[in-house]
Amino acid sequence: MPTTNLRKLRTNLNRRKLINSGFAFLGATIIAIAIIILLGLTLKMAFQGAERITPEFFTSFPSRRASRAGILSAWVGTCLVMLVTAMAAIPLGVASGIYLEEYAKKNWLADLIEINVTNLAGVPSIIYGLLALGLFVYELRLGQSILSAGLTLALLILPVVIVTTRESIRAIPNSLREASYALGASKWQTIWDHILPYSFGSILTGVIIGLSRAIGETAPIITIGALTFIAFLPKSPFKSEFPFLSFEWLQAPFTVMPIQMFNWVSRPQAAFEINAAAAGTVLIGMTLGINAIAIFLRYQLRKDIKW
Amino acid sequence: MNYKQKGFKTAGILAIAAASVALVVPAVKSQSGSIIKIDGSSTVYPITEAVAEEYQIENKGATQVTVGVSGTGGGFKKFCSEDEAVRTDISDASRPIKEEEMAMCEAAGVEYIEIPVAYDAITVVANPENPIESMTVEELAQIWDPESEGEITNWSQVNPEWPDAEFVLYGPGADSGTFDGFTDKINGDEGASRTDYTPSEDDNVLVQGVSSDPNALGYFGYSYYEENQDKLKAIAIDAGEGAVVPSVETVRDGSYAPLSRPIYIYVNAQAAEKPEVAEFVEFYLTNAEGLVPEVGSVPLTPEEYQEGIARFQNGETGTTAAK
Repeated sequence: MPTTNLRKLRTNLNRRKLINSGFAFLGATIIAIAIIILLGLTLKMAFQGAERITPEFFTSFPSRRASRAGILSAWVGTCLVMLVTAMAAIPLGVASGIYLEEYAKKNWLADLIEINVTNLAGVPSIIYGLLALGLFVYELRLGQSILSAGLTLALLILPVVIVTTRESIRAIPNSLREASYALGASKWQTIWDHILPYSFGSILTGVIIGLSRAIGETAPIITIGALTFIAFLPKSPFKSEFPFLSFEWLQAPFTVMPIQMFNWVSRPQAAFEINAAAAGTVLIGMTLGINAIAIFLRYQLRKDIKW
Repeated sequence: MNYKQKGFKTAGILAIAAASVALVVPAVKSQSGSIIKIDGSSTVYPITEAVAEEYQIENKGATQVTVGVSGTGGGFKKFCSEDEAVRTDISDASRPIKEEEMAMCEAAGVEYIEIPVAYDAITVVANPENPIESMTVEELAQIWDPESEGEITNWSQVNPEWPDAEFVLYGPGADSGTFDGFTDKINGDEGASRTDYTPSEDDNVLVQGVSSDPNALGYFGYSYYEENQDKLKAIAIDAGEGAVVPSVETVRDGSYAPLSRPIYIYVNAQAAEKPEVAEFVEFYLTNAEGLVPEVGSVPLTPEEYQEGIARFQNGETGTTAAK
């Protein structure tokens, strides 16, 4: 009797193990398919565009001749817009996250803000474009400029930054807060000296996810009036006389990489498709670059934290 | 404490490095001067881009030209804007200005000079394997009529001599000026079209679709046909005076009807008094004949460009083309 029982148990166990490994296999296959497709698409684009990725491609303005056309105004525009976006979204988003997590009383107002923030993350980007056209361009008269575009994209990624900030603050063990208070630190000292530095790595991840989304956005940027052909660059932010910094570039007209790509893809001449592929490869390179910086920073910051 | 300092230092160094890469290049390349703002149709865009490129090479960056692509309607919205910061100097348009746009311009106190710059010939294309060579306007209308939706699906229903096979239709989406033009000229009512066809705002998708299906029929701008002549066949259009295939000659002499139409630039009359805008417009009209074919469109005749220059120099405001 005990032997049959044991045998039954074994068959049952084996069957479960089979199901288990079957599921693991299924999962691995799905991941492999997804990665192969992604890799395939990226590599195809990279190979198609490889011949056009030369130093001149980065230093020439758009042109009607595919071989002469470059992405200078586009990549400078993208970098400057991203700079404004980061400058606006990071302080605002992190501050909101801290407020909601550490200061806000749990009442209807906090609930309302919370619901709003979560919903904002799901709003289509064109809506942000229309909002920004009305608010930044017409009401605040910021013009169809780098500043407007950067602020628009900052709005777009704000929910992502706020939510990840809250998540990462919440992940910090409460004992750390208590230890800090026990030594006589004020609330702000606790946040600034402990909570923020410890959660910085995770906050950074959220910021990078947001920026990677913003860098590829076209719709809201076109809505507020980004250009397609622009053969000059914004004024330099550095000048020779005091105070050595100039902010005129914020007011400058601009274009960004995805718009340039879109324009090339829709041209009748096949040669422009190579340009589009090359620009796409550069854009992916830029995104990967931002990601690499984030991973490096996170590694640097986390290696000293132990708890 | 030690940890914190180190972390922020690394972050700071990286931020400064990233910022300086983004900022040093503008320092080298940026120039100052007045700006001519242009926006509007994507059909006119390649021509304006070519002219702007040549113009900036010519005057070495003394005047800067920016060109946007927000569509004919979107372009007019900026051109006739109440807000001077948004208002453009020149608007690209693939159709004449509409009445509500005129009203908008009037409300903003904007007067404009309308100048045709090239022809856009809507080209009806089929797969090269398709035996059909020409169609009358009536036959086209029957194929694309809203009432044909789900009813007329076979070539032989339209013309008994045509093959007994189901056709597959491709065309631009409803936001496109080409769609407006085609439905207006063929179906007699702007926007009236059957909807059971494959629409795409990207004409290259239409080219792909028609060139891979022997029973496909589609329509789009002439430049996309010109670039893909090896994969597509243009259908000759018969408007009652014999079938005519679209080409530079038949479009220019007006025999390719009714699907050819001029495309325009609209110049703000007040901006036209500025010397740099006047210089740019004259540069545009004197060089268009050479530059227009380069981007695959059909140029006007030299006389028509002369008329445009005269119109501009005399400051003749208003539209002659609009209904």
